[in-house]
Amino acid sequence: MSTEDKVDELLPLPPVTFHILLVLAEGDRHGYAIIQDVLAATDGALRIQAGTLYRSIQRMLEQGLVVEKHTRPSIGEDDERRRYYRITPFGRQVAQAEARRLAQMVRLARACGFVPSKG
Amino acid sequence: MRPPAWYRALLRLYPASFRDEWGDELWSVYAARRRAARGPFAALALFAGAVGDAVASGLGAQWDVLRQDVGYALRTLRRTPGFTVTVLLVTALGIGANSAAFSLTDYVLLRPLPFADQARLVAVWQGQRPGRGHWEASPTNYREWKKAPAFESMGASWIISANLVGRGQPQRLDGAAVTAEMLPMLGATPLVGRSFTADDDRDGAPSTVLLSWGLWQSAFGGDERALGQTITLDGEPFTIIGVMPAGFAYPLRETQFWKPMRFDANAFSDASNTYLRVVGKLERGATLAEASAELDSISTALERAHPEEDKSIVATVTPLHEDVAYRSRTLVLTLAGAALCVLFIACLNIANLFLARALMRRRELALRAALGAGRARLVRQLVTESFLVAVAGGALGVALSALALPLLTALVPADLPVRQMPSIDLRVLFAAAAATVLAALFFGVVPSLRACRGIDAQAIREGARGDVGGRRSRLVRILVVAEVAASLVLLVSSGLLLRTLWRIQSRDPGFRAGGVLSLRTWLPLPKYQNTADRARFYDRVLERTRALPGVESAAYASFLPMAFGGGIWPVTITGEPPTKGVKPDVSLRYVTPKYFATLGVPLRAGRDVGDGDGQDRPMVAVVSESFARRHWPGQEPLGKRFTVAFAERTVVGVVGDVRVRGPERDPEPQVYLPYRQVPDGWLPFYAPKDLAVRAAGDPTTLLPALRAIIHDVDPEQPISNVRLLDDIVEAQTAPRRTQLDVILTFAGLAFLLAAIGIYGLLSFAVSNRAQELGVRMALGATPAGIMRMVLREGLTLAAAGVVLGLAAAWAAGRSLEALLVGVTPSDGATLAVSLALVLVMTLAGSLVPSWRASRLDPATVMRAE
Repeated sequence: MSTEDKVDELLPLPPVTFHILLVLAEGDRHGYAIIQDVLAATDGALRIQAGTLYRSIQRMLEQGLVVEKHTRPSIGEDDERRRYYRITPFGRQVAQAEARRLAQMVRLARACGFVPSKG
Repeated sequence: MRPPAWYRALLRLYPASFRDEWGDELWSVYAARRRAARGPFAALALFAGAVGDAVASGLGAQWDVLRQDVGYALRTLRRTPGFTVTVLLVTALGIGANSAAFSLTDYVLLRPLPFADQARLVAVWQGQRPGRGHWEASPTNYREWKKAPAFESMGASWIISANLVGRGQPQRLDGAAVTAEMLPMLGATPLVGRSFTADDDRDGAPSTVLLSWGLWQSAFGGDERALGQTITLDGEPFTIIGVMPAGFAYPLRETQFWKPMRFDANAFSDASNTYLRVVGKLERGATLAEASAELDSISTALERAHPEEDKSIVATVTPLHEDVAYRSRTLVLTLAGAALCVLFIACLNIANLFLARALMRRRELALRAALGAGRARLVRQLVTESFLVAVAGGALGVALSALALPLLTALVPADLPVRQMPSIDLRVLFAAAAATVLAALFFGVVPSLRACRGIDAQAIREGARGDVGGRRSRLVRILVVAEVAASLVLLVSSGLLLRTLWRIQSRDPGFRAGGVLSLRTWLPLPKYQNTADRARFYDRVLERTRALPGVESAAYASFLPMAFGGGIWPVTITGEPPTKGVKPDVSLRYVTPKYFATLGVPLRAGRDVGDGDGQDRPMVAVVSESFARRHWPGQEPLGKRFTVAFAERTVVGVVGDVRVRGPERDPEPQVYLPYRQVPDGWLPFYAPKDLAVRAAGDPTTLLPALRAIIHDVDPEQPISNVRLLDDIVEAQTAPRRTQLDVILTFAGLAFLLAAIGIYGLLSFAVSNRAQELGVRMALGATPAGIMRMVLREGLTLAAAGVVLGLAAAWAAGRSLEALLVGVTPSDGATLAVSLALVLVMTLAGSLVPSWRASRLDPATVMRAE
């Protein structure tokens, strides 16, 4: 199976997965930081619960979207026991594909007049 | 940072593998948010959110694992179709046998009767000390019992039948006379019309009748205008006042009409006239023991009032829903027990298969363990696999039982007042589901735990061999021993029942049933009140019947043997001192001449009853050999005198004994009286009604001619109960034969499963021990020696199973004793055959593996290492 097929197989992404990928695209994070960043990015609209987060991460690990980082982050950033996650190149591809898919949807919606064009 | 206890409890909602992996992380997120939370409300909201999250995500994570495991299991199972199909079928047989057996048990013994407040309904029977017992009650006793304050209400019924004339073909209907309390007490209200009132019970009131839904449909096409119309039952007009709902049945399943029970003044004069089926409803809060105690004190008073008839008479109270004949109960419970036994063996067998398979897969399991799957995760994976097969097998089993259920209806007693037949309903489905889950736990969890014990890198190196013939196969051995034991129990039980059936069937009934057709013409009163009128009917029918080509002989009798077992009367022997206590009983029948010739009952001495034995002639009787032996041992019975049915009679003939009560029960000695020697209007119940015709060829071909003859003689006379005498005899053992067929099937299954179990174990052991066997052969062991070694192992297991099984079989045989006739639970022949079968089963299971062991090539197996 080509990488493209593998990417397509995962689409559409669950929203939580997409948010996690977006946050990790900016840099490695541990669990709590992911929750905080998603909260901030969505202006407080999406507060991911811990269980939901780790269920998603478990699946994303199995799908190869993220990896657990085994090197510690730079000193002072956070406590050493936490587990950090990093987006994989495959994860990036999937996130980009999902973004393209969503953009396409928005274009369609706009054509129907469902979305006001940016003023 | 370890989470505190309350959080760890929450984490229990997640699958173990998820918990081990993410538990600490989840807690650290919670702890961080807790540090950030300001104020008690924020903390409370956080806590509530965490609980909700744990429930939702926990279920989600469980679902993730389940989906993964099911997918994996399906792939694995598809790779081994032979294994999968075997397990599926074995489960289906086990579950199917049990859901069919449960459906029957539930129907006959467990489920509440379809009556209002059925828990407070009790059957009240007349019994006799010291053994008590269950007999119908006399009106006198019923009238007194009604006074017991523990009863809110008490009613009586009497099973009757009547000829319906004027609606199409004349037909014979089964019905019941009921007191006015009866139907309201059962919570039964008519679908249309009204129920009986106390007014209907009054002697001399207009006759009223309630129809069953079935009769309403067949005779009136379900037309409501039937209400108020008059039907003629046994020549007497009855006004239809209502129709009972379709589901209502009482006292029998097939009751077609109900009429009011009336007691005339004479009814209470004879306390020995017992015919009432009494049902009472206890007061709210009253117990069975209270009711019983009250009835006992009433019985004591009755005994004082009627020292003769009510001597030692007591009332026996049983909950109505438990009031199922003891024999039916044992038949059904035996079946259920056998079905459980099959399920047990099936489970043992599947557990064995799963264990062997899991041990074979140790390399794969170890590999997955090395890749990070915890032991809990592996166990769960294996358990999912077994549940998957169990659920599929269970569903298949329920489908099988739906097919098998109609075959079991011969085991439903006729006096169970439930109209619908047993079916696969929700209760049965629940029971089947429970059995499936239990079975899956049994054959899934134990082997999985066992197989995953000590999974580590060592196992990868060991490979599929597991640890050779060691501790791990001990469980397999235990399972095989249990299988042999359980199959022995089934073999012995079915053997005992089979021997009983053979013994019963080989009993001489005292008559020759082959070639005899019988039918019933129940002559109605008052039309046939006079003995002369009845005699004219019999004479005309018999004369023309005997003239039919192919008819060898024909006769009328009160009841054919086995068609009715009752009709028991006390006798007094002239010249014999009155016996203390119970009078000697006989089975009484009025017959026409040629009755003995028609049935093939041998005439031992004297003569048959004759047309000349009329009311104006000396009263005579023909007695059976056992009667003569009982009263005049070593003497000439002809010419002896005795009193029965209100008259003294002289013995003019002696005939062979007949098993009037069927092949299982010992009959009372028989007395036959001439059909004309009964005063007008007396003993109408004993008026001859069964016509027996012996034909040279196939007697059923005579039926149209017989119908025409009876129609000619009396066009209003219905014909019922057309049966071959052979069928009447067959019907005696039908429930027993059905039960035996089922149990024999079960025993066959058990036999097969146990043989497969032994085969599986030994094959597994041989392949595990291939290397050891190779070394032995290299060191000089002969193939024959190796073969003997493996065979010995199989026989040792079988011997252990036999020891256990014999003890269990003896216990099972004891509980079957009520069903055994002429066979003891420790019947030598049955045990010998069962043991021989176990030996055959063991050898059959061991032969191939031991042969294969003897053919091992030492060089190959040793190189494989």
